[in-house]
Formats: sequence, C-alpha cells, structure tokens
Amino acid sequence: MPETITKTPGTATDTAAPALHMSMQQALNRALDEILADDPKTVIFGEDCGRLGGVFRITDGLQAKHGEDRVFDTPLAESGILGMSVGLAMAGFHPIPEVQFDGFAYPAINQIICQIARMNYRSRGTLPMPITLRVPSFGGIRAPEHHGESLEALFAHVPGLKVVSPSNPHDAYHLLKYAATRPDPVIFMEPKSRYWQKGPVDVTTATPGPATPDGGMDDGGSLTGARVAREGRHLTLVAWGAMVARCLQVAELAAEDGIDVEVLDLRWLKPIDAEALARSVGKTRRAVVVHEAPLTSGLGAEVAQLITQRCFDTLKAPVERVTGFDVPYPSGDLEDEYIPNIDRILFGIQRVLEYRRG
Amino acid sequence: MTTKPVFAAVDDAAPLTHEQLRELYSLMASVRHLDSAAVAWQRQGIIPGYAPELGQEAAQVGSGYAVDRSRDFVFPTYREMGVARAMGLDMVGYMSTHKATWHGGMYNPLESRFAPIQAVVAGSVLHAVGWAHGQTLSRLPEGETGVAMTYFGDGASSQGDVHEAMNFAAVMKAPVVFFIQNNGWAISVPTERQVAGGSVAARAAGYGIPSVQVDGNDVVAVYEATRAAFAHCRAGHGPVVIEAMTYRRGPHSTADDPGRYRSLDEERLSAGEDPVERFRQRLLADRVADEAFFAEAQRRAEKEEEVVRSGIEALGPRPGAEMFSLVFQEPTPALQSQAAAWRKESEHA
Ligand SMILES: Cc1ncc(C[n+]2csc(CCOP(=O)(O)OP(=O)(O)O)c2C)c(N)n1
Repeated sequence: MPETITKTPGTATDTAAPALHMSMQQALNRALDEILADDPKTVIFGEDCGRLGGVFRITDGLQAKHGEDRVFDTPLAESGILGMSVGLAMAGFHPIPEVQFDGFAYPAINQIICQIARMNYRSRGTLPMPITLRVPSFGGIRAPEHHGESLEALFAHVPGLKVVSPSNPHDAYHLLKYAATRPDPVIFMEPKSRYWQKGPVDVTTATPGPATPDGGMDDGGSLTGARVAREGRHLTLVAWGAMVARCLQVAELAAEDGIDVEVLDLRWLKPIDAEALARSVGKTRRAVVVHEAPLTSGLGAEVAQLITQRCFDTLKAPVERVTGFDVPYPSGDLEDEYIPNIDRILFGIQRVLEYRRG
Repeated sequence: MTTKPVFAAVDDAAPLTHEQLRELYSLMASVRHLDSAAVAWQRQGIIPGYAPELGQEAAQVGSGYAVDRSRDFVFPTYREMGVARAMGLDMVGYMSTHKATWHGGMYNPLESRFAPIQAVVAGSVLHAVGWAHGQTLSRLPEGETGVAMTYFGDGASSQGDVHEAMNFAAVMKAPVVFFIQNNGWAISVPTERQVAGGSVAARAAGYGIPSVQVDGNDVVAVYEATRAAFAHCRAGHGPVVIEAMTYRRGPHSTADDPGRYRSLDEERLSAGEDPVERFRQRLLADRVADEAFFAEAQRRAEKEEEVVRSGIEALGPRPGAEMFSLVFQEPTPALQSQAAAWRKESEHA
C-alpha cells in the first residue's frame, strides 16, 4: 500500500488535530482498508481490483491484506458485477463494487436502475441494498472514449439511488467511509483527474476546522451536506468533484479584480443540500453552477430551480450555468474546450454581475 | 433428452415415500386450480392481470418441492406461482402483485426464501449468483451451504445477463441451480426462433457447467433432478443447469391472444401429456392413491382458492404514505418534503 503519508506542518489550526498529507487515491485506499477492517461483511470486487489494485490503484494492497474472499477480481462484465452485488446484499453483505471507468457503467444500467435502486421498495424494506458503487468519474485525463463521462444527472434522476462526489482527499476519505456504512445504495463518483492531488486529511474527525485555501478541509458542515469551500460576498459558484478545485482557482483570480466569490462544494448530488444553497445564495444573491456534464437536463438545472425557489425575492440575476456541451465527450485534444475552463467560468460570473433587469 | 443427471455429488436421499407422492399431487392440484381461478378472477375484474402457467405445474411443483427453506433461496420471475405454492408462501401475499397492490408481492422474502416477483426477464439470474457466492464467502461447514435457484424462460435465456451469470457462477463455483422452464414460447416467438444451439442446456457445456434436460411434465423426474442438482451444489461442485421441457398451454398472459401465433390444433399436438393427469394415472396405476384421494385433493384446492380469493378481494390499496416511506432505509429530505406536500394536498382534496 502506498503509505507515503507524511504530516504537513501548518495546514490546520493549532488546536485542530494534526492533518496527514495525502492524495485522494491514498485517502480512498486508506478508507477502504479501514472499512474492510471495521466491517467483516464488506466485500470489494470488480475488474482488476484484486491483485492489480485497480487501474487507478484505489484498492492497492487490499487483497494481500484482507484476503481473496474480501477483495476479488470478477470476470469482465459490468452487469454481472452489479447484479452480483444485489445477491450479495440480499445475503447480508455490504458490497463495494467498482466499475473501472464511468462509461462502463452503461452496460450495468439495467441492474443499477431496475434492480439495485428498487429492491428495497419492491421488497417493502425487507431487502435493503447497502451497496456503494465506486465510479471513477468525469474527464480531464485525456483518456479514450468512454473513459470520462459525467453520469450524475442520470443517477440522481433514479428514485432509490443516492449520489455523492468528493472534491478533495479529506472529503474522499470521510465520505467513502460514510457512504459505505449506509443502508441505501450510494453512487460514489470519484473525480479521476484529482486522484493524484495531495491535500490535508484529518482522519480523526470529519469536521476538523476552518477551510483551507485549497479547499481541503471541512468547514464544519456535516458529511451529509454541502461544504463552503471558500467564503465570499459577491456571488456563489456551485460545483462538485473536479470542478471545485477549478472554481477555487477562479475565485482567486476574481479576487484580484475585487470580486469576492464564494465556492459551494455540493458534495451530495442526491440528496442536494438545498439549505446550504439557500444560505449561500441568500447571502451573495447571485449564483453560477459549474459542471462538466452536458448542459441540457443537467444537474445545473436542478440546482438553479432549488435556488430560484428559495431565493427568488433576493436574487439579483438569473442563475447562470457553465457546463460541458450537448456533445459526446470529445477526445483529449478537445477536452479543454469541453470542460468548463477558467475563462468560461469568468464569463459566467460576468454575466450574473452585469445582469440588468430589462 | 438426457433425463439422468450427471452431477458430481451423489444424491443419497431416500426415494419419495407414498406420502410425499400424494403431497406432490395435492400441490399440483392446488396450483392447477388456483392458476385457472386467477385467470377467471381477471375476467371477473377482481385482478387486472395474471401470467398463467397451465402445463407447467410439474416443472414448478417438482423443483420448488426440492428447496430447503431453512437454507436455500429462490429467485423467481413473474410466472412461478407453482414454485411459491410448493414452498408454502402466503398465497394472498403472492397474488397481491397481480392485484396491483405492490410490485414485488406482499410476502416477506427473507422468511419465505422467495425473492420479490420480478418483471425484467433474466433480471434476477445474477442476483442468484451473488447470493450463492455469499454462501461460499460465509465458509459454512460441509453440507450446510444454502443453494440459490434461479428461474427463467427460454426467452430470457437470450439476455446477456444469463451469459454473465453462468460465466460468473462457473468461474466462482457458486452454488446456483439455473432452472430453465422451456415452455416452447416467449410470448409469440417459439423456441426455435429464440434459442440458437438447440437448447439452453447445451450452452452449459461452454461454461463447463453440468446440465440436464428433464421431462418437465414429469413431476418426479423434475424433483429428482433438482434434488441431485442441490446435492451437487452443496458439495461444493459449483453450478448446475436444469432445463425442464414443458409447454405453455393457453396465453402468455391474460392480455395475450395466442390465436395470432398458433392454432388450437397446433396447441393440442404440441402440448404433450397434461402433467397433472399424467401423474394422477401413475399414482392410480401404482396404487399410491385412489379416486377418493383425488376428489379430496380437488375439494381442498377449491377451498384454498376461496380463501385466497377472499383474501385478495379484502386487500385494499396500500396507504399512499408507503409510496414515499419504502424507497430508502434513510429517506432524503426532498422525498420527505414531497411526502409532506402530498399528505397536505391529498387530505385537502
Ligand atoms: C427485459 C425484458 N424485455 C421484455 C420484456 C417483455 N416480456 C415479458 S415476458 C416476455 C417473454 C418471456 O419469455 P420466456 O423467458 O420464455 O418466459 P415465459 O413468459 O415463456 O415463461 C417478454 C418479451 C420483459 N419483461 N423484460
């Protein structure tokens, strides 16, 4: 296991417990290790996640440490992996299946939507599905087709599923541990472009203290809700996953022009923390939603509606969206044109700041 | 047709006693009667729809009778009423799905060892593999392993999930019995237009899974094949495929019109022997049962049907709040507020 975790001086306040410094990959790996140790009913499986430790090494070393019954390779078949999870859950296990890349969740959609999401309902609550499906998600790594997709709106639309996406190592560690101990199915969308980014992780508590500039620590919000990654007065950028880091960058740049941007890291895409949205936008009175997924019927529309409903009277401009486009996820050379970049987000900010009632 | 199973483990259970043979007959009589009654209920407007199993009584009762409800688990589709009855399910709870009371049925799957009724064909075949692998992971003492039995049709066998399930089960040596009821039809499409390679059982060879085709109209043959398959699985030899050759007499469902794809003459020619009548003749010839017994079995079946019918008729709709409260173990705030709004608006109306 890549235990190159070192203590980082000065990332937390004096009173907070000392934070470790690690990548999201290491944080997820450590979380899975502890989940396996804490709960003998947990099983981790998927393609190549045993001996290899997964193509992203998220399950690195876990088979050697916990045995082949707990961490195992399956044949290469996503529907099989997810359908098998249903039976294991029925048998009292807590499956943490992995699909290797987001685009390969499509072959398993039938099992996810028609089976995993419905079994609790169908069985009148007698067959809960405590399944955490780990999905390396979103683009940004110049991968081949189907290796970078943003499925959050698809999953969030399905009754019976919950969806979460961490943006930093600290949240990745805690959200995964939280998701894996829930009795309902959770789709855990890991921003693969952030796997190797390091940040402070306080393993002793989910809510260690004030936010840090890189958004690495919790601001005191609970794990079930959104997190203010950066405080600001003039407008709120709403984001999740890999887009949070980009929005924090944008906020720094905007600050140079005297624009004070708040960044809200949604974390849970279902259920969405509508109260946190209302608190933040109620204060800043302007909002831009940023996501990698295509525009039409994306989660940005849902966020905009939640904001409109709660903040209509105080809003100074319509909620703006800066998103991917309604095109199949493009190849690496066009990726930077597709994923919201700093300029496009700044334009979005400009649109809400300059809005005038006609 | 191979009717002698070639499984690795020896099934050393004693042959069926006369008592058990009579019980099998009583079950078949109950299933036959309840099944035709359910079609009548649909015509009378008591239930909106039903998937009959006329002609499949032996396949269902024979296999369901082999299940050990203290440790095994069955994964049905939408046409396994006979299996449910043979396993002793609460039949009002079972039939409630056809009353449109609750999708999965109103019985308790954990207590009955019968998973919720399933409308996606082949949907639960993989669940059986997962459940069975859970038995392996539990490292139970020899012979105590629970076996998963999954039911599906010749049509369902065309689904990719069946391939994935057989491959997974064989690789993992999961204790699963794949029980195919080949009733000759998938709605209007006959098996020869559905299954390449001649039979579903033939496919098992490609996965290295032992298989047997059994006369699905012979309840004892089905029972013995299933029992042998369970012994094979329990002994740790991995999965088994059983293909029971039956014939679906009458329509696919109460909404179907079989006259569009076959004639009554064809049905009479292809259906073969009626499994219930055939078993009755055999019990008579072997002096296991007499006319008085059959009359009594029929009387009990009718009585039972009345009890189930009145149970079904008495079933009111579920309280609307269940629509919201059973989605999650831990409901989301959005769902709770939708439930609150629904409550307010429906009370107002
Ligand atoms: C995935 C899926 N596709 C289509 C249907 C519609 N449908 C219901 S039953 C059926 C035929 C199934 O035939 P078979 O598996 O042989 O079972 P049988 O009904 O004959 O028992 C079809 C096409 C379905 N329920 N599920």
